[in-house]
Amino acid sequence: MNLHNFVFGVYPYLALTVFVLGSWLRFDREQYTWKSDSSQLLSKDNMRVASNLFHVGVIAIFFGHAVGLLTPHHLFQAMGVSDMQHQYLAITAGAIFGGMAFIGGAMLWLRRMFNRRISATSRGSDKLILTWLMVTLMLGLSTIPVSMGHAGHGNPGVMIALADWVQSIVYLHPNPELLHSVDPIFRTHLFFGMTVFLLFPFTRLVHVWSVPLGYLGRSYQIVRSKRTALR
Amino acid sequence: MKVRAQFAFVFNLDKCIGCHTCSVTCKNVWTNRKGVEYAWFNNVESKPGIGYPKQWENQEVWKGGWKLVDGKLELKAGGRASKLLNIFANPDMPQIDDYYEPFTYNYARLQNAPLSEAAPTARPISQIDGSAMEKIHWGPNWEDDLAGEYAKRSKDKNMDNIQKEMYGQFENTFHMYLPRICNHCLNPACVAACPSGSLYKREEDGIVLVDQDKCRGWRMCVSACPYKKVFYNWESGKAEKCIGCYPRVESGMPTVCSESCVGRIRYNGIMLYDADKIETLASTQNEQDLYEAQCSIFLDPNDPAVIAQARQDGISEDWLEAARKSPIYKMAIEWKIAFPMHPEFRTLPMVWYVPPLSPVQSQIDQGNLPVGPDGAIPLSGTMRLPVKYLANLLTAGKEAPVERALNRLIAMRSYQRSVHVEGVADTRALETAGITEDMAKEMYRYLAIANYEDRFVIPTGHEEERMDDAYGFQGQNGFTFGNDSSRGISKISLFPRRRKETVEPKELAPSSDDHR
Repeated sequence: MNLHNFVFGVYPYLALTVFVLGSWLRFDREQYTWKSDSSQLLSKDNMRVASNLFHVGVIAIFFGHAVGLLTPHHLFQAMGVSDMQHQYLAITAGAIFGGMAFIGGAMLWLRRMFNRRISATSRGSDKLILTWLMVTLMLGLSTIPVSMGHAGHGNPGVMIALADWVQSIVYLHPNPELLHSVDPIFRTHLFFGMTVFLLFPFTRLVHVWSVPLGYLGRSYQIVRSKRTALR
Repeated sequence: MKVRAQFAFVFNLDKCIGCHTCSVTCKNVWTNRKGVEYAWFNNVESKPGIGYPKQWENQEVWKGGWKLVDGKLELKAGGRASKLLNIFANPDMPQIDDYYEPFTYNYARLQNAPLSEAAPTARPISQIDGSAMEKIHWGPNWEDDLAGEYAKRSKDKNMDNIQKEMYGQFENTFHMYLPRICNHCLNPACVAACPSGSLYKREEDGIVLVDQDKCRGWRMCVSACPYKKVFYNWESGKAEKCIGCYPRVESGMPTVCSESCVGRIRYNGIMLYDADKIETLASTQNEQDLYEAQCSIFLDPNDPAVIAQARQDGISEDWLEAARKSPIYKMAIEWKIAFPMHPEFRTLPMVWYVPPLSPVQSQIDQGNLPVGPDGAIPLSGTMRLPVKYLANLLTAGKEAPVERALNRLIAMRSYQRSVHVEGVADTRALETAGITEDMAKEMYRYLAIANYEDRFVIPTGHEEERMDDAYGFQGQNGFTFGNDSSRGISKISLFPRRRKETVEPKELAPSSDDHR
């Protein structure tokens, strides 16, 4: 097995396993450490702009990737979305939300590294994961010109190959061959992206699992009884 | 009717001397850890003043508490959807500097400095990042005993609708202390604002707690509490707040702030209330009616119907007995001399305050204050501390109830004075204030003598009925940086471990017997 096959045939499973099991174990054993780890109390400056841009951008990118890469090809065609429309949509949405995440992320990264208080109270993992996300994001953004080049030639091949590869992983028939013809920048972005999942359970990123959507349907007041706990 | 019991407080401001013993004992017990150096579950403010954190009473700034939207209760900062939309950056979140940047001093320098012309100084060090601080600009009690310019202190929200300029003059200055803890509200805004549902009210005693494992650090509680008594521990990333000293209270002991109060101003006791009425009463249209509305939620512990329903709702006999002997019930309901703080926040707070009398007795004796026909009670509005100010603090600006309470306090004093000094009971003042001789005697016993067993009537939490292994639970309550309150503490972990303690100067001071 060469490196290519390992990174695109085995590593995805490694990353996903650590992602799922690690999150589960941490939630089960160390729930006290399960938190967003907000630092807003220590420094509020620009947080509204930076944090909102970053989070909205990243969330949109995540779902963009999920929908764009996991939807089977024939479903897109059945919906009447041509490959070129798909590609231009991906480029536009990626540029907009990637840009938002980049601006917000850059502000947060500068704050994390150079704000006296934030830097001093950061854990190593905080600095590592933000830097890693920013590198992944920049790699993702730098695939846009390449994609535009492909789109300019009316060639959706790379996009389809990437989607097919992701689906091959999901369907447990890993096919690293699909990525041989793909530009190196995509492969680098993929590696960094998969590593985010690998690092996920060991960082503050676990708060993503805890999106409090249940709050929308909850009654305001919560009363806990020891008596019911006894029964 | 759904009867619930609430562990409640009264603070008698008339006797508070502002010594901060309560704050210090509380600090040493609950907030002496990293990340909460700035947090004071109990603090004492000098009033008028903007307080801790700055301007906490001004909800135009902090958007804490509740508001009415078309007659319905809604969180002031916005409902559930708005909480989630603002979750990435809470626009109403205070910054630590609104409290103060926690600091210590490099004390070792005083002993280790080389010989020099000038005396060495111990410079302040930030307890957030360990850097030297040039100057300390604000602290936990910066306005102590009216420190600082009047212009700044008079930004106090309670000075609204008061002729501020007049009270800036030295002869007209007034001053009072305001000790504050979590109000363990009946309608807590912090609980309502928590997206992850980690905050809760205990059914048995009404103490409001944060489930430390369930808290995700969304920090909505910090801004939602109009009293700013939920704190964010920046080290653990969790919300921490006054826990009503529940490990003590469950054992029948008063909270540590109450126990250590040298002025004996704090009372702990049980109040029975009708939980079905919370929402209706908190939605009372007129802010100035909220004090009376809250009074009407409490149930008479001597009423047989209430007792029967309470038994049905699982309240045990010793709790009912405690409710009948509750000092809180006497002061808040029977004598009407205690008030909730800022009822207009609509949280139905359960720490009530007896308003302070200005030092008027000597003024009355010297004939400097105009008094009524009874010869004892000064005419309303002639006291040094403006009634309007107290009313803004305690009854959303409604002066009559506060005036009545002050009159009763003065009448009680006047009566006792006549008994002890003149040897003849003079009840004219009592009649004017609308209290009986027996009431005055009891008020005297509770307020002036303030015996330990009168101040603290606390039934135990009956933990022995709940757990098999009380010994194994020993030492398991309170805050730690880990899986506390459980016995499954894991020594080995793949995951981020806690770090070192609070920032302290690196250089250690030499010990006293170290003759180098």
